[in-house]
Amino acid sequence: MAIPNLLSLITFLPLAGALVILAVKALSRKDDEAVIGTNAKWIALWTTLATLALTIVLLAQFDRTTTDYQFVEKAQWFSYLSYHMGVDGISVLFVALTAFLMPLCILASWTNIKERLVEYMIAFLVLQTAVIGVFTVLDLFLFYMFFEFGLVPMFLIIGIWGGKDRIYASYKFFLYTLLGSVLMLAAMLYMVGVAGTSSIPELAQYEFLAAAQPWLWLAFFASFAVKMPMWPVHTWLPDAHVQAPTAGSVMLAGILLKLGGYGFIRFNLPMFPLASEMFTPFVLTLSVIAIVVTSLIAFRQTDIKKLIAYSSVAHMGFVTMGIFAGNQEGVQGAVYQMISHGLISGALFLCVGVVYDRWHTREIVFYGGLTKLLPHFAFVFLLFTMANVGLPGTSGFVGEILTMTGLYQVSTWAAFVAATGVILSAMYALTLYKRVMYGEVTNEALKGHPDLTAREILIFVPLIVGTIALGVYPAFVFDFTTASVDALVAQYQTLIGG
Amino acid sequence: MDLSASLNLALPELILAISVLGIVVYGALRGNKSAFTVNALSGAALIAAAFAAAFGSHGSGFSGSFISDGVAVYAKVFIYIVAVAIIVLSKGYFDRLNQTKFEFPILILLATLGMSMMVSAGDLIALYVGLELQSLSAYILAAFRRDDPKGSEAGLKYFVLGSLASGLLLYGASLIYGFTGSMNFEAIAEALKVNTEVGVIFGLVFLISGLAFKISAAPFHMWTPDVYEGAPTPVVAFFAGVPKFAALVLFARVLTDTFADLYSQWSQVILLLATLSFLVGALGGLMQKDIKRLLAYSSIANMGYALLALAAGTGYGVQALLLFMVLYTIDTTGLFSAQMALSRKGVPLTRIDQLAGLSKVSMPITIAITLLCLSVLGMPPFSGFWAKVFVFGAAIEAGHWVFAAIGLVASVVAAFYYLRIIKLMWFDGGAEEIDAAPAATKWILYASAAFAFPLSAFALIWLYPLAENAIKSFGLN
Repeated sequence: MAIPNLLSLITFLPLAGALVILAVKALSRKDDEAVIGTNAKWIALWTTLATLALTIVLLAQFDRTTTDYQFVEKAQWFSYLSYHMGVDGISVLFVALTAFLMPLCILASWTNIKERLVEYMIAFLVLQTAVIGVFTVLDLFLFYMFFEFGLVPMFLIIGIWGGKDRIYASYKFFLYTLLGSVLMLAAMLYMVGVAGTSSIPELAQYEFLAAAQPWLWLAFFASFAVKMPMWPVHTWLPDAHVQAPTAGSVMLAGILLKLGGYGFIRFNLPMFPLASEMFTPFVLTLSVIAIVVTSLIAFRQTDIKKLIAYSSVAHMGFVTMGIFAGNQEGVQGAVYQMISHGLISGALFLCVGVVYDRWHTREIVFYGGLTKLLPHFAFVFLLFTMANVGLPGTSGFVGEILTMTGLYQVSTWAAFVAATGVILSAMYALTLYKRVMYGEVTNEALKGHPDLTAREILIFVPLIVGTIALGVYPAFVFDFTTASVDALVAQYQTLIGG
Repeated sequence: MDLSASLNLALPELILAISVLGIVVYGALRGNKSAFTVNALSGAALIAAAFAAAFGSHGSGFSGSFISDGVAVYAKVFIYIVAVAIIVLSKGYFDRLNQTKFEFPILILLATLGMSMMVSAGDLIALYVGLELQSLSAYILAAFRRDDPKGSEAGLKYFVLGSLASGLLLYGASLIYGFTGSMNFEAIAEALKVNTEVGVIFGLVFLISGLAFKISAAPFHMWTPDVYEGAPTPVVAFFAGVPKFAALVLFARVLTDTFADLYSQWSQVILLLATLSFLVGALGGLMQKDIKRLLAYSSIANMGYALLALAAGTGYGVQALLLFMVLYTIDTTGLFSAQMALSRKGVPLTRIDQLAGLSKVSMPITIAITLLCLSVLGMPPFSGFWAKVFVFGAAIEAGHWVFAAIGLVASVVAAFYYLRIIKLMWFDGGAEEIDAAPAATKWILYASAAFAFPLSAFALIWLYPLAENAIKSFGLN
């Protein structure tokens, strides 16, 4: 059964849910705070589940053999702009990732958000629309609109429901990313000016002047590198993560970081191939530094969440490396790594949420010996720590090995240094696990809290299934991406004459 | 062209002029208790004039001194509509202070008539007469709360500096006349094709300085924060939008049409003004504590963007200017009506930190202010984003790369102070209850917020081609 305007429906359904919450609140009696809050939670959960259901329909109806954009919708807007939507094998997976993580985020906030529940749920639903929109639109300006607008709900989520330094963190997050993206806007205006179209598929076929390409590439790079985030512009991320509420961190690490990688694949590589080739050593250097340096920084952290945040930066280093290796393994691996990191880092932040909800601190020294107290949690946390390290059999392994295979063909040295990053990640992740989970229970305050609740198990089960399933049978992802990635890489290699 | 055809072209202005004379007599006879009727009559006159403008004929009359073309009509209709909104806003504002006076809408009508003349000016005399009619009404409006020391200060400051600017402008006009031998724009353009003497360029620079003062572009912006702070808020809401629009249309007509051949000369001046304006606006706003002073800096920055579009000197540049000013004026009108809507125990909120915790007290107003702030900040999908896209698109198309980049970076700096407003309203706590706002003020606030998003996305579908057609009369490429 074909659903008309399926992509628009998936994109805007969360927004509609947010409006329903507002309407319900306006119609309720003012004094029933608790009832209004509960209603908001349920509406948000059902909206995200409905979006997930539609996304499953999308995946089922997706034709994996063609490289064309599918489910295309197009309507003229004004000037050269049009409302243009469509997905290919790469973006459809990111839509799925977002739709998959969102209900978990809502569930993760079920009991620990007590203040302003209505606004919180609205912010998350609006964020979902913004993020899904980034992956579904095919018009340059629409892309920018969704890309940029995602900042606003995230700014509010960090600023209203965050920790004690939330204001500093939210400003830093907002202004850093805004500065990156205004440069991209300037480049977009130029591109539309010379190409006379704002359609992304058409721009991907347009050959920009070789002299202009480096500048355009740098402008896009500025925006995506901040979003990614790449070393040395990653400094907003640890602050934002530490201050954000658990579900906010899941969204940040799981999805918002992927916007940068998606942007590289969608814009930098196909639109400015000559510049991409020219800057490859530069990107590889930054990525390798990111992998090694941030791993070492992560090792020295005293805050669990900050440690995982730095580990995210290191893992994103593999993604940029893979993309700019510019070959099939590299790009496939990068996409795979992003999907897998979305699940694993999301799960790790949820694990931090579990302990934070119980003891309200993220200091590593506070903990110790949790395996004895929370055995179920110990299993979950171990599994995702291992996945983060890249244990074979989990999805983390596939992405790392593929990106490194791709990279090896381009630069042996970079691959060699990046491989040490794998060892380093084992070092900090296992040390963290040891200090928090093993040993004797020395802190009396740790006692007297229950193991995972049914709700928490419900959150973790899909993530566990996803991580293992992708690790054992990576074709779940490759079936979708192969056609599109092959076409992309073939075009890139032809244009750079390789 | 005979007289009746000329009169027919100037029908909107005639409607306004005759209504002003009639209403002033009525008001003088009845005194302040006629305020409501005067408001209603003034609004009706403006709406009638808007219809007359929208459906009137195009052409030039009074031997070329008066032009009614696409740009003029576009500007007039919008100016009249905003003037109606200002009259509505002023009623709530003055009623709350018990200072309702019947002169207010009459002065607004006179100023509007001046602006109307400005956008239709076809020679230097008409330009000056329109500008002075608008300015003189504005001086009185600025000092309208005559018992208030800050109000009188604002009026006096505005008057003294404004007269200086008028003097500069007049001197420039006399130089241009002296070196080209004509007052009429078309004749000047013809004369410039034959030869260009350096005196004309001097005159042009003086003319630009005078107009730059009227739109508060840096370095002629000094009066803006003080006048904005001291003058009654509806008046400021008025100043911030349409007179600047009228002056910019005048700029566009004189520069891109009449002095098109001197593009390489004047574009440098305009680019300098633009760059200074958005830098001063962005940096100056960072430390402000007063809402209206902050908005003053915001308007300085936005005039910089408008001038950047103008500096392109292309048809798309003028189109960008027309669209930018409409979108920007609606946003600022909304922000000023928000300031008018807010008061606590009868005292209006003037400091930014008094907004702390507003989201806990009045959610609808908070959401409206948030939308408007995000819009002025240039955040998509709000109208302010499109405004910036048009302006920077025009600048980049004309090759003004560096200036566009500086402007974009300045907009990030300016983002900080809009974010501070959002932060105070949403993140901070401990607000006391606020007074109920006048209904009309609130509705204008909501309407402009709704325009920022989502209405602007639909409005642009007809606004964009409208502006595109309007500029055809300028004969640019």
